[in-house]
Amino acid sequence: MKDLNYIISSCTIGRNSVFKGDTRLYSQAEELGQRLLSLYRNLGLDYPKFYKMDQLSKLGWLASEILLKDNTILSTLQPEDIGIVLTNANSSLDTDIKYLDSVANIASPAVFVYTLPNIMIGEISIRNKFKGENAFFIFDRFDAEFIELYVCQLLDTGVLKACVCGWVDVLGDDYKACLFLVARGQSGKPSPGSESPEPGSITFSKENMDKIFREGGIEQ
Amino acid sequence: MQMTDVFVVSDNILSPLGWTTDENFTRLKNSVSGIRWHDDTALSPEPFYAALFNKELDQDLAAKLPGAGELTRFEQVLAASIRQALEGCKVDPADPETILIISSTKGNIPLLETAEPGDPELKDRISLFGSAQRVAGHFNFANRPLVVSNACISGLLGIITGARLIRSGRYKHAVVAGADLISKFVLSGFQSFQAVSPEPCRPFDKDRTGISLGEAAATMILSGKSEELPNPLIKVMDGLTGNDANHISGPSRTGSELSYIIQKVLQNVLVRASDIDFISAHGTATLYNDEMEAKAIDLAGMDSVPVNSLKGYYGHTLGAAGLVESIITIASMKEDLVLPTLGFREHGVTKPIRVSSSLLQKPLKHCLKTASGFGGCNAVVLFSKNTERP
Repeated sequence: MKDLNYIISSCTIGRNSVFKGDTRLYSQAEELGQRLLSLYRNLGLDYPKFYKMDQLSKLGWLASEILLKDNTILSTLQPEDIGIVLTNANSSLDTDIKYLDSVANIASPAVFVYTLPNIMIGEISIRNKFKGENAFFIFDRFDAEFIELYVCQLLDTGVLKACVCGWVDVLGDDYKACLFLVARGQSGKPSPGSESPEPGSITFSKENMDKIFREGGIEQ
Repeated sequence: MQMTDVFVVSDNILSPLGWTTDENFTRLKNSVSGIRWHDDTALSPEPFYAALFNKELDQDLAAKLPGAGELTRFEQVLAASIRQALEGCKVDPADPETILIISSTKGNIPLLETAEPGDPELKDRISLFGSAQRVAGHFNFANRPLVVSNACISGLLGIITGARLIRSGRYKHAVVAGADLISKFVLSGFQSFQAVSPEPCRPFDKDRTGISLGEAAATMILSGKSEELPNPLIKVMDGLTGNDANHISGPSRTGSELSYIIQKVLQNVLVRASDIDFISAHGTATLYNDEMEAKAIDLAGMDSVPVNSLKGYYGHTLGAAGLVESIITIASMKEDLVLPTLGFREHGVTKPIRVSSSLLQKPLKHCLKTASGFGGCNAVVLFSKNTERP
């Protein structure tokens, strides 16, 4: 069953590079704040809500913008058929610390709301009008085996037809995002309702996710 | 496709109202609330209402949970609840087909408030996965634990996830436990939103003014095996989550997203809206949450179904709420008894939903539990009672 699900696209953002699929978009090493701003500018985005987000949401949101750019699948699906399953190690700790510092003076509701990791799922959902399954899980490391198990279960039982899944983690100077757009294929075709596979699609598997997470991109 | 049956084989609630599900349910039937007036400057500069564990909690935990001194307070509360739930069934943590699922929003984050800056062990101490690993180690779970942290739907998402993992065939049993403790961190945050009620919360009431917070731990054990099950049988029929895609800190204006997943769950298991006997709502007693839920229930064609909220008894127990309230729903199903909504006096939402205001004896076969949270997330689970053996 599992070879019916495909990674339509992937995006990794790390300290040293930014990849879409196996294409290296940026190879300059950047601090998180710098990375977030330069990506926002270079992508030509105009989304005022971006400036209100915390670092974690900004990172996940930007990764989703790169991930979903130019895909031809999502417009064929209903909002309720597209979900988001994300994971990380540090939950919202980066913002938790900032929020607690603010409590000594005046607690800020605008910061408090970001002290939950799934707010990032909300931000991506609002931008793209995704209304399907949400889940946020915390691990000690990237767990591709679990992501494969859980997302395949959602796709194979018809709960979702497409899912944005992966890892987005921020703590202090450390950051990493690695997202996958995964869709259910029909009759072995990765593109639902379409005769030809979406170019660049690869099998949704633990091995492929681990390779992309490690190396940024993946050769066909 | 025929879905594997998933049964609820044991449960526990550890709350200010009691340390067993039975103790809790008895208190609820007698309209006892855990919400009290607290004047504690360590938690808040101003006095507040909340349902908090009493000051003797640490001694009580030490007595009930010998050898758990290495666990933090949050982890001990979780472990005490898990221990009692495990004692009520034959599910073995050391079985490679058993998984531990932990639901929490903040876990050990209260430790941040008192931590020494630069403490090298702090990062591991406050990580939710670290907590889950220590609790799993305490019971010798064979598998790595799974941690769900998805705002106020975390508890329900834990149950949904447990059922899915059993149906995937990867596991046979899931021990789903959730907890959150109330600290200055969480209380100041909800106060900054002007969301904390100056009186004990009043879900669905005309004069409701916000939430009361609460502390609890709860555990539900799910099993895909049908041998030696309790009677009556309670099944987790199906569950779904969804997103409003509208606002990160305010619910949908229409309720259509929550309504959609309610209706989809019913379609998936071929149960009609008219078959639903009772809905245990989220009912936080904020203006917008309760209104959104009323619209969702109305849209789903369930205006005549009794609805309650348990927040007037427990306050909002955050990551534990979905578990606590599901376990009480199951206790209600076993006794065919709908509890009143404590704090509710006068109808205060724009749709004519049937908010339960007194003890109601009626057959309960199909019952829904819903939850909603920050980030625009919604969740629903359908529990059904089967008096026949499978």
